Amino acid sequence: MLSLTHFLVLGAIMFAVSVFGIFMNRKNLIVLLMAIELMLLSVNMNFIAFSQYLGDTAGQIFVFFILTVAAAESAIGLAILVVLFRNLRSINVEDLDSLKG
Amino acid sequence: MNWTSLNPWVATPEIFLLCAVCAILLLDLFISDAKRGVTYVLTLLTLLVTGVLVASGVSAPAEYGYSESFLVDPLSSYAKLTMIVGVALVLVYGRSYAKARGLYRGELFTLSMFSLLGMMVMASAVNFLTLYVGLELMSLSIYAMVALNRDSVASTEAAMKYFVLGALASGMLLYGMSMLYGATGSLDVFKVAAAIQSGAANQLLVVFGLVFVVTGLGFKFGAVPFHMWVPDVYQGAPTPMTQLISTAPKVAVLVLALRVLAQGLEGFAPDWRGMLMILAVLSIALGNLTAIAQSNIKRMLGYSTISHMGFVLLGLLVANVNGYAASFFYVVSYVLMGAAGFGILMLLSRAGFEAEQINDLKGLNQRSPWFALMMLFVMFSMAGIPVFLGFFAKLSVLKELVNMHLVWLAVFAVIFSLIGAFYYLRIVKVMYFDDAESHEPLQASLDAKVVLSVNCALLLVLGLMPNQLMSVLIDAVQRSIVVVAY
Repeated sequence: MLSLTHFLVLGAIMFAVSVFGIFMNRKNLIVLLMAIELMLLSVNMNFIAFSQYLGDTAGQIFVFFILTVAAAESAIGLAILVVLFRNLRSINVEDLDSLKG
Repeated sequence: MNWTSLNPWVATPEIFLLCAVCAILLLDLFISDAKRGVTYVLTLLTLLVTGVLVASGVSAPAEYGYSESFLVDPLSSYAKLTMIVGVALVLVYGRSYAKARGLYRGELFTLSMFSLLGMMVMASAVNFLTLYVGLELMSLSIYAMVALNRDSVASTEAAMKYFVLGALASGMLLYGMSMLYGATGSLDVFKVAAAIQSGAANQLLVVFGLVFVVTGLGFKFGAVPFHMWVPDVYQGAPTPMTQLISTAPKVAVLVLALRVLAQGLEGFAPDWRGMLMILAVLSIALGNLTAIAQSNIKRMLGYSTISHMGFVLLGLLVANVNGYAASFFYVVSYVLMGAAGFGILMLLSRAGFEAEQINDLKGLNQRSPWFALMMLFVMFSMAGIPVFLGFFAKLSVLKELVNMHLVWLAVFAVIFSLIGAFYYLRIVKVMYFDDAESHEPLQASLDAKVVLSVNCALLLVLGLMPNQLMSVLIDAVQRSIVVVAY
């Protein structure tokens, strides 16, 4: 039988993978955007698990809001990516180095 | 759920702002580039009316709306007024700058008003859901604004970095909120506090969530070690956007921190005080030391913001009403100082020329003695030299630290402020004692010059009589904290 802990551990693993993806990824900006999506999904997993466990629907309502905002967020992220690609001709994370001091 | 608990008109300023933004968005489609001034005037009028609506409720007692997820109390009202002033200053100062760079389009106005709407929702939110939606509305608009200068590599790169780290911060904050929800069974800040008070909450889970919440807040404040986006975004973004990022959102994030930490997680104050102490000490030290090495003034102001946010965190970690009031006072005065500093940089820029190196300020006294004096006010105020507003902001935070017997922390902050004074005074030296390299007259519209002069003069005037502003803010925080204890 799956318990609350199983879902929380799954959420934690997804969260860890996404943080790892953001900091370790040096090649591709799209993978970075995917990692951000995964992070929000791990939070959704937590909210749904807690909501079921507590018998309170507020957590599930929150999930709908997170999904909606995540859609808007990836739209803006991809838009910035397109503009960046036009200027840089590259989506390599290592090419983002014009700002330093 | 009934009409009494809905109480929709408690959000009148936000509702008005939303309707006005939508109307301006539509109207702007039918306005030619030459008549963009109409949008500008309408935007400022909207901000004025919103400000009047907020101000009319400032002295009223706290009032809930939307099933207790929206709270209008004095703290939120004063925060909203500060944000409105901050955004209005961005538009006034940035107007000719944006015109010269092809950024003077409808998006500039609508996006800045949408971000203001997000901040206002954040300031009133007492439910994690409302907090999150407000935060995202603010952040998403600002990401897009940073990338508004589409053909510039620096600003698109800054937008991408800001987007990724901002999304990471939101993710951290959300993960923390999900843990708090699991531990206490509620999304409402006050119910979370009540569950912690009654001992019904799972202690371990709350502490685990708290770590993530503080990390997320650290990113949003730009506190060390979560500051890596600050200098890059400040340098890369077009200067009006830099001004926007460095002023109004800081107020919103402070209110967010007060809601979540001071009101929701009051019972865990010993835990988050320790974490904030680490963030504050690192921010003040690293911000001031690294700023010395900068030759780009926007980047330097970025590091200076980091050290100022360290002071705000110092006030927060005092964890009593006076400490919160000192933080609030600090943020309000920082909004005035930051806006004026970036305003003068925009005054010096013109079409095809970006004033962003410290050398660009050389001999400003020969070119315009008046604005050299104004910049001197800003720099003295930021350095915390007596009789300027920034001095009293620092003093009030330090006073509360000493009252809490954290003398070593106060001494530490003073020493690093002294180190920080070096790079502020270097700018004064460059303006007054070096010879001008360019003799271009300053190009800016009259309204920007007048507002900028008033803004800088306020740093001196409010510095001469800080007690009034201070007592108003203490009173606001006190009346808002009283509401908590229900």
